[in-house]
Amino acid sequence: MLKKTAETAEERDAEEQMMGAEIVIRALIEQGVDVVFGYPGGAVLPIYDALFRQNALRHILVRHEQAAVHAAEGYARSTGKVGVVLVTSGPGATNAVTGLTDALMDSIPVVCLTGQVPTHLIGNDAFQEADTTGITRPCTKHNYLVKRMEDLPRIMHEAFYVAQSGRPGPVVVDLPKDILQGKGSYLAKEQTQRLSYRPQTRGDRGRIEEAAALLAGAKRPVVYAGGGVINAGPEASRRLREFVRMTGMPCTNTLMGLGAYPASDPQFLGMLGMHGTYEANLAMYNCDVMLNVGARFDDRVTGRLDEFSPNSKKIHIDIDPSSINKNVLVDVPIVGDAGEVLGDLLDIWRAKSYAPEQKAMAAWWAQIEDWRGRDCLRFEQTGSEIKPQHAIKRLYELTRDRDVYFTTEVGQHQMWAAQYIGFEEPNRWMTSGGLGTMGYGLPAALGVQVAYPDALVIDVAGEASILMNIQEMSTLAQYRLPVKVFIVNNQWMGMVRQWQELLHGGRYAESYTASLPDFVKLAESFGAVGLRAEHPDELDEKIVQMIETPAPVIFDCCVAQEENCFPMIPSGAAHYEMLLGPNDKVEKPISEEGMVLV
Amino acid sequence: MAVLVDNEPGVLARVIGLFSGRGYNIESLTVTEVDPDQNLSRITIITSGTPMILEQIKAQLGRLVPVHQVSDLTRLGPYVERELALVKVVGTGEKRVEALRIADIFKAEVVDAGLDHFVFEMHHRSEKVDAFIDLMKPLGMVDVSRTGVVAIARGSKGL
Repeated sequence: MLKKTAETAEERDAEEQMMGAEIVIRALIEQGVDVVFGYPGGAVLPIYDALFRQNALRHILVRHEQAAVHAAEGYARSTGKVGVVLVTSGPGATNAVTGLTDALMDSIPVVCLTGQVPTHLIGNDAFQEADTTGITRPCTKHNYLVKRMEDLPRIMHEAFYVAQSGRPGPVVVDLPKDILQGKGSYLAKEQTQRLSYRPQTRGDRGRIEEAAALLAGAKRPVVYAGGGVINAGPEASRRLREFVRMTGMPCTNTLMGLGAYPASDPQFLGMLGMHGTYEANLAMYNCDVMLNVGARFDDRVTGRLDEFSPNSKKIHIDIDPSSINKNVLVDVPIVGDAGEVLGDLLDIWRAKSYAPEQKAMAAWWAQIEDWRGRDCLRFEQTGSEIKPQHAIKRLYELTRDRDVYFTTEVGQHQMWAAQYIGFEEPNRWMTSGGLGTMGYGLPAALGVQVAYPDALVIDVAGEASILMNIQEMSTLAQYRLPVKVFIVNNQWMGMVRQWQELLHGGRYAESYTASLPDFVKLAESFGAVGLRAEHPDELDEKIVQMIETPAPVIFDCCVAQEENCFPMIPSGAAHYEMLLGPNDKVEKPISEEGMVLV
Repeated sequence: MAVLVDNEPGVLARVIGLFSGRGYNIESLTVTEVDPDQNLSRITIITSGTPMILEQIKAQLGRLVPVHQVSDLTRLGPYVERELALVKVVGTGEKRVEALRIADIFKAEVVDAGLDHFVFEMHHRSEKVDAFIDLMKPLGMVDVSRTGVVAIARGSKGL
């Protein structure tokens, strides 16, 4: 009997047998992936072999699997696409865990492919075996172990769907070597479908109307926008701007939301929270209606919960129902995509011709301007030492007219960067917010530079954090990625030291780093350029030199050692109890409750 | 809490991991496949917490990818709950007679018997199962196995 010839491309695919590794590559290409960050090993050799035999996908060889995930995060956050990671079994997978947790906390879409020992060896403590799905279950949005060849194409497509739909997050696909080496047939994205996971993106119309009415009647409103606006895409930021400008309301952004509303706009209050501005935090405390768009009432933002904005009606727009009423009970919960809900809110506002009460708004703004008059981010650059705030401010001012992206490590420098760098657009700011991962910034910058080879990409770093993934300088050199690492070097783990000063009687246990490397020589040893600034007079000139160097640079900016990051709301304190500077004393001793908080 | 999930490897670990990871209580948990055609299992969880925590548990369960539906039966209206216990009682003479007499009152069935032991099968609300077990303890109870609670809403509506 003659075999029926395949009519369509799909049918031909179904008949064509290919290796599991080739199915993986083909699914990645169909999903629009152009770059994979990875590190090879025994269990994923079939995928590396398949990568070698094609030209559509680029592979960036990092120097540590944690960095592969951070690089994919940087790529994802700057482009809005899914970041893809490829690592081997056992240590490859366990090294990726920090990056995965970071992506989960900050809602970054990442698909991480991990190798696994062949299915018949799983559970035998084979060489480089780890229970990857077990280990990564709590630190991924979802994970899969592919046990049957016929499931492979469906799982690959599902992984991308799950990673980027609803609240984005990391997804692990664990791939046993016999599956990668075995033969199966490919299925296109349209031929596979996931039934149970269908997150709601349109907000409830009645709730949005309720929110609009509440906002229209507000006398002291505030808009508090977070990373959800960035994740919802550039259109969401555009709608946020339109809404804020149309209503004349003040707007503050969370650490993750910086860039959602332009920093230079007079209606912008700056960042809020533990190291947020005086005006932003007091506006939150004193407002009568709060509109939270895509933020999650994180403990860095709320401070003491029972004193958090006690007299306001709260509206909360979030795509993740579990974010609503988790920390703070709200009056109008709206589950949906930030962009779509803001679109509906704009429509309703216009249709009803709402306008805020002019007199009340004028009084509210007068109050805000009064708080703003405290100029809480003021510092004095005097003497022969470079103040860290000054260094970051100059870094911003000398780069602001360029196509620039910033990443950071974690600590004081991160907070100063958030305070002194103004972001006009979304997707320009990559920082580890939820997990607070030291070592995030350099690999994240690497990922951004891969996405935008011609842009200026700067990692604002501390000398302690940078050493956690310094090996990625080698990756920068290999791929000629001209990332600029700007180290705010005070020789202390500055934020740890600051807490020890404020909360632990100045007993500086293990927060000083002796034997730091010579960062200039270190740069040179990696084939990069090393620069150092020690005096305020040479700062600008050196920064310009850094910007104009068409190669990776480590900039060792030696700054005043004992500068603290202000404003600061001490742990367990309320918004109105913020410290504005070194002369502010903590008015009452930090409570025991406050001491146990981090 | 009744949870409909895809019957796939790891799904129970996800649910249990969520409870332990976020510090919620599990007082009882039962799970088995209920719809072989659609490959669905039903998990019944007894948990406790403030209304805010219970809402969180529901939302957190709801965002697990293999979870189809989460219902808080206690908030939906009246419901029926049942638990099954197998109770082994060892003894002779008057104690043995008394055990059998109480089992009869509780409508427990003898599912295994020897000259010096009985295994009773008892199913009812958990409180009644508790009461039965308490009575059996002084009469020579040596072993007990309980299923945990299964529950379903009263009335004509499905989940």
